[in-house]
Amino acid sequence: MQFPKVTLERPRWTPFNIVAAIIVVVGLVITGIRFTQGLAATTRLSDYNPWGIWIGFDLLVGVALAAGGYVTSAACYLFGLKRFHTAVRPAILTGFLGYALVVLALHYDVGRPWRLPYPFLVQQGTTSLLFEVAACVALYLTVLFIEWTPAAFEWLGLKRARNLVVRLTLVLTIFGVVLSTLHQSSLGALFLIAPSKLHPLWYSPYLALFFFVSSIVAGLSMVIFEGALAHRYFHHKMDETHRREADGVALGFAKAASWVLAGYFVLKLVGVAQADAWHHLASGYGAWFLLEVVGFVLLPCFFFAVGAREKNLRIVRFTAAWAVLGIVINRFNVGLIAFNYHLPAEERYFPHWMEIGISLFIVTIGILAYKFIVRHMPILYAHPDYEPH
Amino acid sequence: MSISRRRFLGWMGAAGAGFAAAGRAHAGSSPRGAANPETLGVLFDATRCIGCRKCEEACNRVNELPPPERPFHDLGVLEKRRRTDARTYTVVNRYTGIEGARGPVYRKIQCNHCLEPACASACFVRAFTKNADGSVTYDESVCVGCRYCMIACPFEIPAYEYDKAFTPRVMKCTFCHPRLVQGLLPGCVEICPAEALTFGRRRDLLRIARSRMAQSPGRYLDHIYGEFEMGGTTWLTISGVPFRAIGMREDLGTTPAPELTKGALGVVPVVAAMWPVLLTGIYAINRRRDRIAREEREAAVAAALARAEAEAKKKLAEALAKADKDKKAAVEREVKKALEEAARARTEAPAPASPEGGGETKSG
Repeated sequence: MQFPKVTLERPRWTPFNIVAAIIVVVGLVITGIRFTQGLAATTRLSDYNPWGIWIGFDLLVGVALAAGGYVTSAACYLFGLKRFHTAVRPAILTGFLGYALVVLALHYDVGRPWRLPYPFLVQQGTTSLLFEVAACVALYLTVLFIEWTPAAFEWLGLKRARNLVVRLTLVLTIFGVVLSTLHQSSLGALFLIAPSKLHPLWYSPYLALFFFVSSIVAGLSMVIFEGALAHRYFHHKMDETHRREADGVALGFAKAASWVLAGYFVLKLVGVAQADAWHHLASGYGAWFLLEVVGFVLLPCFFFAVGAREKNLRIVRFTAAWAVLGIVINRFNVGLIAFNYHLPAEERYFPHWMEIGISLFIVTIGILAYKFIVRHMPILYAHPDYEPH
Repeated sequence: MSISRRRFLGWMGAAGAGFAAAGRAHAGSSPRGAANPETLGVLFDATRCIGCRKCEEACNRVNELPPPERPFHDLGVLEKRRRTDARTYTVVNRYTGIEGARGPVYRKIQCNHCLEPACASACFVRAFTKNADGSVTYDESVCVGCRYCMIACPFEIPAYEYDKAFTPRVMKCTFCHPRLVQGLLPGCVEICPAEALTFGRRRDLLRIARSRMAQSPGRYLDHIYGEFEMGGTTWLTISGVPFRAIGMREDLGTTPAPELTKGALGVVPVVAAMWPVLLTGIYAINRRRDRIAREEREAAVAAALARAEAEAKKKLAEALAKADKDKKAAVEREVKKALEEAARARTEAPAPASPEGGGETKSG
């Protein structure tokens, strides 16, 4: 068996590479400080604010934006939308990288990261929603890894292993959707236990549903968004089928995202009605809530519909970035901004620059890993020796 | 009471039973929480507290906590609003300028040892135990340090040792559980010079609180904080001023923490059981639809082919028949021609025939 040779070209000092190198070096330094001096030296976490951006961004946003994997594979393999087939591999790859980085980020955030397997191995706290999140994320990371392996096996020329995994596609897809449904929703449900700390406009018994439905939007939008980036930077890596199908994927996903956003918007209104929180709309938090729900849910919903109807890829791609930003804002609101709304300003949280540094570091690692894999493995093209699955 | 809550209590009970077997809990394996009438507690009377900080000092001593930045007799720290932190299990705050109060009012803060603790419900390694004596204790040997307990606690009690790189712990009041086991009072209760803290069975404390209210009309608000808040706490507070004014939230509601998450937890088995069925169904329906579409397409193609073939056959047969007929006609014509020629040859031999007659015969 002939393993492929990875030719490491001499790094070219493009602006991207320079910035990435700086972020990685700074990230490694902060990593050193974090694991020798502790959380106090690197974060502005406090007893009032035990969760900062390593949870609010790296976990909550990271998991939501990695939803493209389950959304795309479900659309293609379960709902029979075969014209989205070329979108599956890139989506699985970004999903896998996303979850791997979420787990990496958790190592920075928890006090004793070497104990992360304890909830499974030592003592199971099954009354905790965090237990469910942990179990599902661990399992789903494994599923995504297996779903990604065919690309690696094709690269490595391991034909039999590849064919074995491909035969599991349906089971893995179903398992992936089950696990994603559970933990995407549970991330929202984490906050159910703290009704006194989360602002009534965001606290709702439907938090789990909000997080699940919006994760579908995040997944669809991220596939469009990443597809646009891939077209810009990896056009030469794409085969004829991929290029032909790509526009159809973007338009089809835009249409789906528009419908899901419409449902999500109605759900958010139901949430306000259920909590009878209408009077809060007239406050500062109310204005911020309206900006989120109108500016980053309703408007993207409308523009996705326009883009899909006019078959205008520019509108669709722009709206995808817009909707992704909306998801980021929502997760920040629930985890950080509307959380602890009752505390005086001096007790509120604002991240330390080193926390931002680590978050940037982790995103950069993800982009570098994506670049490497897309360059070397059959992600954006079908390997000529294998039947597509 | 719902099943999940009962199950939760059952688990807590089972955990406590193991504890009792180890010979450390003195109340045996009686049920926990609201159902446990033997639960111990402490009643804090805000009308009696003089803000001397003796309880803080005793707490620091009996729990062997690090020495404070400013000594305990320094009452200047009362100028600032403080909370529990990694080096402090209890603090006393001073509240001034409260409407209807003659002087400042003091309030002691510590873990309230909920009947159904949010921290214990939230912990994904069960690091918190609700003991038979009512105390909620923490086991650092399993703690991962996710700090979800701090998110969950409605009273904002647990604190974290952020400055430790390798062995950070969650820190909070233990109700002096180790002392209770030895038959000693909690450090703060023992030292309080103003009798602002009363230790006893929770149900007795509730009675004591009511009798104080009855004996001194106008001295207290008609509310025992902790009787129902978040499903009830073992540490209770009575006050002469609104609880809001001494930093206690009045909007916590009476729902115990586990109730808040039971719906979301209940969905898990439903999704785990039904999603595979539903998704496989969707897959099967799509595959069947594809198959039927393919079969229909194939059938249509086959039918079209058959029709075309039949038509072609018919045309061929017609053509053949026509050709046959033409051939027969040609043969007949040739035969006739030959016969006529022969006849003409016979008649021409005696006398030559007119050319018109021959032309007519040919055209017939």
